Amino acid sequence: MSYFVNDKGYYGDFGGAYIPEMLYPNVEELRQNYLRIINDESFRTEFNALLKDYVGRPSPLYFAKRLSEKYGANIFLKREDLNHTGAHKINNTVGQILLAEKLGKKRIIAETGAGQHGVATATVCALRGLECVVYMGEVDIKRQAPNVARMKMLGATVVPATSGSKTLKDATNEAMRDWINNPVDTHYIIGSVVGPHPYPDMVARFQSIISEETKKQLLEQTGKDQPDYVLACVGGGSNAAGMFYHFIDDENVQLIAVEAAGKGVDSGFSAATTYLGKEGVLHGSRSILMQTADGQVVEPHSVSAGLDYPGIGPQHAHLFKTKRGKYVSITDDESLDAGLLLTQLEGIIPAIESAHALAYLEKMEFKGGENVVVCLSGRGDKDMETYMKHFNL
Amino acid sequence: MNRLQQLFKTKTKDILSIYYTAGYPNLADTLTIAEALEKSGADFLEIGFPYSDPVADGPTIQASSKTALDAGMTLPILFEQLADLRKKVNIPILLMGYVNVVLQYGVDEFCKKCKEVGVDGCIIPDLPMYEFEELYQATFERYGLSNIFLVTPQTSDERIRKIDGLSNAFIYLVSSSATTGSNLAVSESSTSYFKRVADMKLKNPIVIGFGISDKASYAAANEYASGAIIGSAFVKALAENGKLTEKIEKFMRQIKP
Repeated sequence: MSYFVNDKGYYGDFGGAYIPEMLYPNVEELRQNYLRIINDESFRTEFNALLKDYVGRPSPLYFAKRLSEKYGANIFLKREDLNHTGAHKINNTVGQILLAEKLGKKRIIAETGAGQHGVATATVCALRGLECVVYMGEVDIKRQAPNVARMKMLGATVVPATSGSKTLKDATNEAMRDWINNPVDTHYIIGSVVGPHPYPDMVARFQSIISEETKKQLLEQTGKDQPDYVLACVGGGSNAAGMFYHFIDDENVQLIAVEAAGKGVDSGFSAATTYLGKEGVLHGSRSILMQTADGQVVEPHSVSAGLDYPGIGPQHAHLFKTKRGKYVSITDDESLDAGLLLTQLEGIIPAIESAHALAYLEKMEFKGGENVVVCLSGRGDKDMETYMKHFNL
Repeated sequence: MNRLQQLFKTKTKDILSIYYTAGYPNLADTLTIAEALEKSGADFLEIGFPYSDPVADGPTIQASSKTALDAGMTLPILFEQLADLRKKVNIPILLMGYVNVVLQYGVDEFCKKCKEVGVDGCIIPDLPMYEFEELYQATFERYGLSNIFLVTPQTSDERIRKIDGLSNAFIYLVSSSATTGSNLAVSESSTSYFKRVADMKLKNPIVIGFGISDKASYAAANEYASGAIIGSAFVKALAENGKLTEKIEKFMRQIKP
């Protein structure tokens, strides 16, 4: 069985390009060119140089000694939090900005929830001198003022999405509408492995550097390039897609994707998509999404803005349905506790998104000696207010 | 042959179609609006079933969709409201909405229900040609429904030919690269695009939509096509104060005096 995209843009039953005709030429232009461009020698050279000297790759694979002692397994943290701008998001925006340049685009648009992808996009636009417009839900703009200021300082225009629930899903709708209205000179940098084909595959390829490095680093540190478990959090699923990528065909590596249960999967305030969702179409691809019986998209909830999305990427839906990946969920409170624990045992304050993956360690049973890699997708600076409120710091 | 195909057989010029959102301004207005539109000269109608995330739509139709959803509009309710459709309305009716709502209802069940209540076809803007051909075309044909495809200024001639081959009623020519509700500025580039498509001598008639808002843009569109579709401007008119049927008559008089 293949866990990767086929030539029609599908992962098993999921994927495709469910887009209005107005977007067809843009998406088709990408589809016809993305593999040629990203496999091109000059592109690879430039991409790798930027990842090394600008992003700061390779990111370390850190053996977390005290955390390992606590859980009785060898726990390695893939330190995406040490990347420039503080998360894995930059791997994808560096790749897409170079691709946009090769396609001759002059203007970049993006959607953002908490602002991490918006900042990563505004950063590469500043780096390459391209116009940048970021759509962000009106509600999120109010909640994430520091990231809004960062984007503005980087020269981006931040446009409030005022439709619907005024959060990430609506920001994505607005970015798509912008693209419909500007079909020729604009490239849309989607921040996750969602959207119409070829986005899920393209973003996963740019993020696959995470598992590519992890394999080499594991071999150096453990003598084996395969761990027993790989864990990552999933909102749309881009860090998980990158963390899983080179392990997907190693069937003895267990892939664990951690969704946000919010206040509990059955509380009505959750973002546990595989548990609560059904198959359907959202933002251009067939996948699993949270929706009413009538097919209206339901508003998710998570304390972590990066996991607050009602769908998952089509490759994740496929890994879930074929049972190649195990999809689990962690509540707001469990994730915050795990964030505090990592901080106190290892001196690393994780993003609350990444803390969801860490929290699942608590629920696993180890015989001892297993090698476990957790993707530490981002750092917790942006979440200090939430941590402070929760722990009365 | 469904009503839509018959219409295009008998009328080849100045066809006027109106779009409105089911459940807007009020949940139970669906049939009242259809009757009033037929009476005041609309040739066929597009009834929108609302979706929470309508990416191809501008602010007006987004807002009407939200109002309708908040009022409780769903596909099952819409089909209930349309149960008496053919006792009251004779002109062709299309349903227009996004694919996820149809998928959740069930494609086969959706098509069956359409036929049962007398709907003649659908416009599902985010249903791609490939998926339609592979998965849904046979079902649509079994129930005699026409699927309407959109063509935009960026659509290649080759793709337009393919769409023409898959269509059996008309082709929906999107006036410019925009979401719904932006005003049509009849520029040199849009007229050369309209001409380019008209000169392709397609087997299906062309109807122009998106940005048609008044008598002038309706007339401009009709120079190059068999007809035109008005959506957002009509939905906006429904939001004004006054009696529903009077608002509709007033709007239609402005377009077709």
